[in-house]
Amino acid sequence: MNRLVLPLVIPLLTAIILLFAPRKALWQRWISFAGSIGLLAAAIALFLRIERDGIAVLQAGGWRAPFGITLVADLLAAMLVVAAGIVAVAVTATSFAGVDPKREASGYHPLLHVLFMGVCGAFLTGDLFNLYVWFEVMLVASFVLMALHRTRGQLEAAFKYVTLNLIASSVFLTALGLLYGGTGTLNLADLSTVFRGREMGAFELVLAMLFFSAFGIKAALFPLFFWLPASYHTPPAAVGAVFAGLLTKVGIYSLIRIFTLLFRDAPPGVYTLLLGQALCTMIVGLVGALAQRDFRRVLSFNLIGHLGYTSVGLALVTPAAMAGSILYILHHILVITNLYLVSGIFLRLRRTTQLAELGSMYRERPLAAALALIPVFSLAGVPPLSGFVGKVALLRATLEASAYWTSAAILVVGVLTLLSMGRLWEASFWKPAPNPEKAPLNRVILLPIAGLSAATLAITFAAEPLFTLALRAGEQLLRPEAYIEAVLYGGARR
Amino acid sequence: MTSLILRTGARVLMPLLLLFGVFLLLRGHNEPGGGFVGGLVVAAAYALHSFAFGVAAARRALLVSPRRLTASGLLLALGSGLLGPAGGKEFLASLWPAPEMGIGTPLLFDLGVFLVVIGVVLTMTFTLFEEL
Repeated sequence: MNRLVLPLVIPLLTAIILLFAPRKALWQRWISFAGSIGLLAAAIALFLRIERDGIAVLQAGGWRAPFGITLVADLLAAMLVVAAGIVAVAVTATSFAGVDPKREASGYHPLLHVLFMGVCGAFLTGDLFNLYVWFEVMLVASFVLMALHRTRGQLEAAFKYVTLNLIASSVFLTALGLLYGGTGTLNLADLSTVFRGREMGAFELVLAMLFFSAFGIKAALFPLFFWLPASYHTPPAAVGAVFAGLLTKVGIYSLIRIFTLLFRDAPPGVYTLLLGQALCTMIVGLVGALAQRDFRRVLSFNLIGHLGYTSVGLALVTPAAMAGSILYILHHILVITNLYLVSGIFLRLRRTTQLAELGSMYRERPLAAALALIPVFSLAGVPPLSGFVGKVALLRATLEASAYWTSAAILVVGVLTLLSMGRLWEASFWKPAPNPEKAPLNRVILLPIAGLSAATLAITFAAEPLFTLALRAGEQLLRPEAYIEAVLYGGARR
Repeated sequence: MTSLILRTGARVLMPLLLLFGVFLLLRGHNEPGGGFVGGLVVAAAYALHSFAFGVAAARRALLVSPRRLTASGLLLALGSGLLGPAGGKEFLASLWPAPEMGIGTPLLFDLGVFLVVIGVVLTMTFTLFEEL
């Protein structure tokens, strides 16, 4: 069977088995964990094949593009699916340290896997309407995950989250309607040939801006990010980790796809807009982070700020900048997921993530502190950790592209991140805590954190090959001929 | 709610709605209809039943739990997709063992949709009713 479909089939099958299986916690946890391992294995197998043989295509039902739905994986998609697999394994592993029993009984594990399926589907689809469907799969699953076992705050957050995301979905759907009416196709590769060399008139600009707004909301970019800090700090740490690690990245990924395939010949004004918005996202996010007094809210704003980094490559349209952004996305998925899992330690020990209530970790729990040190300072961009690698790659690309303002912004935001993370470290690990710990710590929770920290270190040590890979992915994106060729003429079967 | 009119009405309407749901499911291949609307009609029938006789009675009348129903529907839909690769074709490819009778993997897929819709809608409806 075609390997392309496995990252979708495995999470769905896991969800089905979980629904049939006894509701006992141990059963659910082990099946869920096994499913994640399967997903990661399938993702790695897919990646290895694509790395060797080039872009892989699957025409669902044997209907040739552009008539059927195409699944397609290039290097970027494959790398992101692997990252999603790693997040899945880490997050399902944390449930061995205990999940709220009510949440676990009402479908926590199956929903997580539905969410993973949605994320992988969005990465692998070659069809815009199909992308919309995967967005809805993610939205429904994430909404239920957020609202399960409601406290007042969680319900309020879930409401804001779903309202703003529904607005994004309706904008997306409007754009799809216009696009289909204007071109008669929604296959990305086919659209790319339609738009090739086409004059960017009012129709195309409206479309570009509609897609930009829809994905901008999903990706929490500058003027459209308000739903994220209003909601991401309320769900349990594991759920927050999946959301922060994967969901916004899907928005960024969709922006990359749309702008590299459809609007390749956009006027420079569009790219100036993209760049300006990337810079605003970076600066506003980090300034916001410095004003926060809650561990998870600091993370939320850092997440927004760093999403700015990931869209710089999109705005500069050089392979090197694209590679920098890709590297940054990969690093950021691992690190931010890890930091949300670290916030789970505080939730267990002290029942809160208010910075004023935290502290004394460094003295009392040196192992946990040592493990958390890696993601905290990797996000801060301290050399030689993975954040530094990503930032250097981006900085070099902006200098090569003579985008000096961008380089300056990257450096300033780097310093702000360092400041924000330094304060976070001081407040939550170093300073003496005002109160003693309220509950013991189940040490199992340290395992996924250790795993993700190890993955961060792996990015650090494998920086050179990874950068080469990211560069290849970036070139693939900016020269989409191979992608188009593979989808439209690659034959119905591979 | 103990209205005699509602209960008598529900008793008469229930089989009709169930039949109509199945009719919509089978009609859906070439004409308007399909698993989704069919499932909604069947779910509406059970919602009516729970209005008239209470949620516990509706759960008993459903025979399987909505959770199982959702899971079976997903399994059928996924299975119909996987039959293609098992027969050496693409994922989700249509196979027609008895085309003149309209029996093939698309029907299986639609049946899966039908069950998922019933399961999910009734999970929501029953939960809401029980909290009232």
